[in-house]
Order: sequence, then structure tokens, then C-alpha cells
Amino acid sequence: MEHNDVMLSFKGDVTSNMLDSMLMIMESKLEDLGEPSKVKKKVYNILVECLQNLYHHRDEMKRPGKEEESAAIFMIGKSEGVYNVITGNYILTNRVEKLKQRIDQVNSLDKEGLKLLYKEVLNNAERSDKGGGGLGIIDIARKSGRELGYDFMRVDDQYSFFSLYIKISQ
Amino acid sequence: MSKIAIEGTPKTPTVNFDPDSAVMELKGRSIPENSIEFYKPVVDALDEYSKDPKEATKVNIQLEYFNTSSSKCILDLFKKLEGIHNSGKEVTINWFYEEDDEDMLEAGEDYEAIIKVPFKMIEVEEY
Repeated sequence: MEHNDVMLSFKGDVTSNMLDSMLMIMESKLEDLGEPSKVKKKVYNILVECLQNLYHHRDEMKRPGKEEESAAIFMIGKSEGVYNVITGNYILTNRVEKLKQRIDQVNSLDKEGLKLLYKEVLNNAERSDKGGGGLGIIDIARKSGRELGYDFMRVDDQYSFFSLYIKISQ
Repeated sequence: MSKIAIEGTPKTPTVNFDPDSAVMELKGRSIPENSIEFYKPVVDALDEYSKDPKEATKVNIQLEYFNTSSSKCILDLFKKLEGIHNSGKEVTINWFYEEDDEDMLEAGEDYEAIIKVPFKMIEVEEY
């Protein structure tokens, strides 16, 4: 993403207040851009899922003794009519494989396939106390209409850094 | 039986439920971080109502946004309604969506495919 295309970027601890502020700023920016209601809603929905995902996993991200460096990153920008969202956060390496499989699965499905998977997970999956129980990534993929990009970087024995790249077509 | 009247906030919907008139309304945004906590009193009220429901129950869902954490709770509400419907009473779910909001229409269709209760998809120009 070129510097000039960035609409909002953040590095730090995604608290509930911070999350509300970012959503408020983005809602007002989308309003100012005069985006059609359909685009505004799509982008806003994806932001809610991304930011709440960072929020729900914030304790897990905090590497013991390195709490200060354990910040999450979030960035959104628009270039050539496409919205780009990037999130980055530490995750426990033992969760990498499962998450990677889920994203690969989602990327392999077409619109109908995603709809079926969403319904299946909505109806059958065990709910985690964090909320969605795995629905978030499927919902993001459905609304973005593009393949999700990702990257896992091993940090140490216990932790990896997960980056997620989302494109939202209009 | 107790009524429910919850005022909406930027992150949680307006919820009204009057067991006497048998109408439930959910309106606005549903994007709280903790949806289970928010929806618990509503699910409990429907649970109580389902023990002695009216002949016909009407539910209006008019949401602008909802997150995936809310989507499970909304399904819980619909499952209670399905139970009422299965006991031989009439239940109608009116699912409102704004013109052009295909994602919201699809979300309604997803529920319709899971829940065996008559749905009405209602397009409105603007909330």
C-alpha cells in the first residue's frame, strides 16, 4: 500500500475504546468519500470483524516479558477503487496450522460454497466464549469477494506473527 | 410475563418484546464484543414466552449491521421461535433490508434455510 493511500493505521493494544474510536473514524471517512451505502456497509462490516478479532485475541498476543512489543497492527487504505485492509498480530504457533487450513479452505470455495460453509458453521459449530466460533473469517471472505492473503512468520518457539490481507472490491 | 424494552446504542440494537401483543422487534446495529451477554435476557424472555405463546407471534428484524458474534445469538432467538412454530402456533419473521444491501438479504436467506419458520423478506428504501 502506498503511503498516500492509507486512510487509517494503528499499532498498539486493541482495547474496546480504541476499537470504538477506529470504527467511528472510519465510518465518518467512508461518509466523507460519498461511497454508496452498499460499499460503506461492506467495508464497515469487514472492519468490525477484523478489529473484534484482534480484540478477542489480545491476551493471547501478549508474549510473556514482551508485552510492550506485542502490539497488533491494523491498516486500511484505498487505491484504484479497491479497499485494502491489513491486520497483524502475534498468535501461538500451535494455532497456526488450524487457522491456515481455515483460510485455505475459504479461498478454495466459490460464493455458493462459502454460503454453505457459513450456514454449516453458524448452525453446528460449538460457540467459543469469544463469540463467533470461526465465523469471522468466512464472513470476511464472503463480503470481500476476493481471495484472502496471509502470512505466518515464526517469531520464537511459542509465537508466530500472523498477517492477513483483505481486498474489498466494489 | 415481563416485557422487554432495551434502548439502542451505537453498538447494540433496540429490542422490544411485548408478550401480550406477541410482537418482537430488533432494530439498529448489533456489533457488541460480547453478544452472549447482551442477548441473554432476550433469549430468556422468549424461552419463558414459549411455554404459553399466543396464537400468532410476529417478529420484525430490521438491522443495519450485525457481527458474526451476534449472528449466533440471533440464531438462538430464531430456534426458540421455531419451537413455538413446531407446537402448532403461527410465527412470522419479517426480515427487513435496505435497497441494494444484498449482504443483508443473503443473511436473511441463510437463516431462512436453517430455521423452519416462514420468513418474509422486506425491502425498504432506507432505515
